[in-house]
Amino acid sequence: MSLNQIKSDKTTYETFTQEEYMVMKDELLRPVQRTGKWGKAWIAFLVVVCLAGLYAYYIQETRSKYLTVSLRDYTMWGVYISNFVFFVALSLIGVLMSAVLKLTHFEWYRPLSRIAEVIAVAAIMLAGVSIVAAMGRPDRLHFLFLHGRIQSPIVWDIIVIITYITTSLILLFIPLIPSLATCKNHLHNKPKWQMKMYEWLSFGWEGTPEQWKILKKSIRILTVLVIPLGVSIHTVTAWLFATTLRAEWDSTNFGAYFVSGAFLLGVAGMIVAVAIFRKAYKLEKYLTPMHFDKLGQALVLMSFIYIYFNVNEYLVPAYKMSSLHANHLLNLFTGDEAAVYWSVVFFGMFMPAILPLFRSMRKPVPLTIIAVVVVIAAWFKRYLIVIPGLAHPYLPIQDVPESWKHYSPSLVEMTIVAATFAAMMLIVTLFSRFFPIISVWEVAEGKLEGKDEIINYK
Amino acid sequence: MKEENEQNSRRKFLKFGLLAGGATLTALGLQQNILGEAKATTGEKVKVMTADGKLVEVDSALVNHHAADTHLTQDQIRQGIEGRRFVMVIDLARCANERKCIEGCQKMHNTLPPIEYIKVKRMQDAELTAPYWFPQPCYHCDNPPCTKVCPVDATFKRTDGIVAIDSDRCIGCKFCMAACPYSARSFNFGRPQQEAYDKKNPCDDDHCCTTKASTVGTVSKCDFCPEHAAKGELPKCVTECPNGTIFFGDENEDTVSNGEETFRLSELLKSRAAYRQFEELGTKPRVYYLPPVERQFPFEEAKEAHNREE
Repeated sequence: MSLNQIKSDKTTYETFTQEEYMVMKDELLRPVQRTGKWGKAWIAFLVVVCLAGLYAYYIQETRSKYLTVSLRDYTMWGVYISNFVFFVALSLIGVLMSAVLKLTHFEWYRPLSRIAEVIAVAAIMLAGVSIVAAMGRPDRLHFLFLHGRIQSPIVWDIIVIITYITTSLILLFIPLIPSLATCKNHLHNKPKWQMKMYEWLSFGWEGTPEQWKILKKSIRILTVLVIPLGVSIHTVTAWLFATTLRAEWDSTNFGAYFVSGAFLLGVAGMIVAVAIFRKAYKLEKYLTPMHFDKLGQALVLMSFIYIYFNVNEYLVPAYKMSSLHANHLLNLFTGDEAAVYWSVVFFGMFMPAILPLFRSMRKPVPLTIIAVVVVIAAWFKRYLIVIPGLAHPYLPIQDVPESWKHYSPSLVEMTIVAATFAAMMLIVTLFSRFFPIISVWEVAEGKLEGKDEIINYK
Repeated sequence: MKEENEQNSRRKFLKFGLLAGGATLTALGLQQNILGEAKATTGEKVKVMTADGKLVEVDSALVNHHAADTHLTQDQIRQGIEGRRFVMVIDLARCANERKCIEGCQKMHNTLPPIEYIKVKRMQDAELTAPYWFPQPCYHCDNPPCTKVCPVDATFKRTDGIVAIDSDRCIGCKFCMAACPYSARSFNFGRPQQEAYDKKNPCDDDHCCTTKASTVGTVSKCDFCPEHAAKGELPKCVTECPNGTIFFGDENEDTVSNGEETFRLSELLKSRAAYRQFEELGTKPRVYYLPPVERQFPFEEAKEAHNREE
């Protein structure tokens, strides 16, 4: 393609008229303007699950944990911890689907970035909740600040998580400011407090060139900042395990292995979120088949990277089969956990690596199904990383009751885990009911600047 | 009966305390003799061990008794007993899986089965090698992986070598349990039977150690019975063993005793080719094992399964 052709292409770009811009605003503000019957039912359902989780937690804390929770001395970490790892992994979605794409000028990030960031913030909050649920003495939570020791990886984790959550919140908020002004000016028939909130939060945004300059500069700085922070939170989470002497976690590969897994989960989670918002909020014009096509390609790439780290993590020790590792590895490969292990390998890694190679599988419906399976497999993957190894320590487990040897989560534990998922989705849903989930100005800017990927996608 | 037991334990305390603490005490006594400040003799003779390992009888007036203070302050619990380096030696040739150490420990710490701070495991290193019984307490490692990871300093290494737990500080994150490669730690999940037992048998200072099992939601484990060590008494697992399998003592004094026999630690470790479990992990345990050679009993499989009750 010659330079002239490119130039002539550029002139044929269609931007939009004022009327079209108003239509766009209306469409993107519609979910905020009005919540339908199904939308309300969905929120009610999530609230009910959250309340069930709160009740389960009340039972757990007021009755004997020996009866309400299946944890025992050997398997002392259960689904709360694996759920925590899952949510920390999911929170990297903001890093990948917003920051990385933005900095590498993949223009199709525009309608995705706010979805990714709000999921990231919600996920990291629920990661914290999962940890508190796992604590034996939540009443002593403040001891972490009174008596915290910097030697402990838990304290590192708290530091990076607090930094990440703060940065992510600011990064979610700053691009929201112009949208808040839009809400203030275009929404009608809303309660007074809500309009006040928009006014108060938009800090008198007028959209002057000066304000835009500051806004964009801040976004750029934060976007750069959030990448190392995101990588840190998941690396430190991996270190919670890798700093111990247990065979199943004793790996120098762990940080990279966790981060790569988080990126795979991030892409899959994004596909599911895009599919839901697209249908539920009728945003087909903005979340297009192009996004599925691109995300499907990203899914393949991330699956292969994750497979690479899994080969390092499992097959290299399996080749040597040292007696310290054999117990745990054989349990995964051929023992009690083999069915889960191989399902996760197949559905969580090979399927997403191979199926989306075909264009037809990158269409919205098939890709969404693939992504849902990957998300479920990713949850079980964290389960496999955290739990089965605990029942296979270096010294044999003897003279203990049956329940000490095998862990399966209790009803209370599963209810709380379900509630953390519901709470995460509730945060995302409520956010999208108060603020436009697709950044109006970012999408408009992409169109105005005639970004090739957005306009010329067939 | 209870009184008699107390008497007994007091006698034992004297015996061990004097044996173990003998070297310094004798020196003190001799010094006083030389300086001509000897107190009036009581006529009661006690045995003490000299620096070169000989037992000598001296008048009890020459010996300073340890303060029989059972109440350790929070500071003492964190600091440890000055001048001590506690150490344990387990002779695998003597263990016959009678599980008396477990029972004694459970009584001492007010724990019910299946909580065992000391476990006895059936070990067999390879298919063709002989099985043996393996008593396993907390190893009180010198490079403890558990204390490193504690976020609130609730478990810590003391100057006397003991890895202790402050159950009023522990937040119950169980990271130390995940970090311990020997699975030596136990969590109080508030098992109803245990709760009921605790109510019936409140843990009084006289027979309980720093590590209380009664704090629900915190981690506990073998604590080497520091209150007893402070008094010069041996831990219950040592005194309860009918075969004298477990020796306890002080590395600084180079002595270990099972209550009946006393050995020079260095000699014993050398002559019996002692080893520590999983030396390659670099945890530097303070518990040594003497290999199960020239056994006192033929190996017998356990006749019943223990701790079946949930």
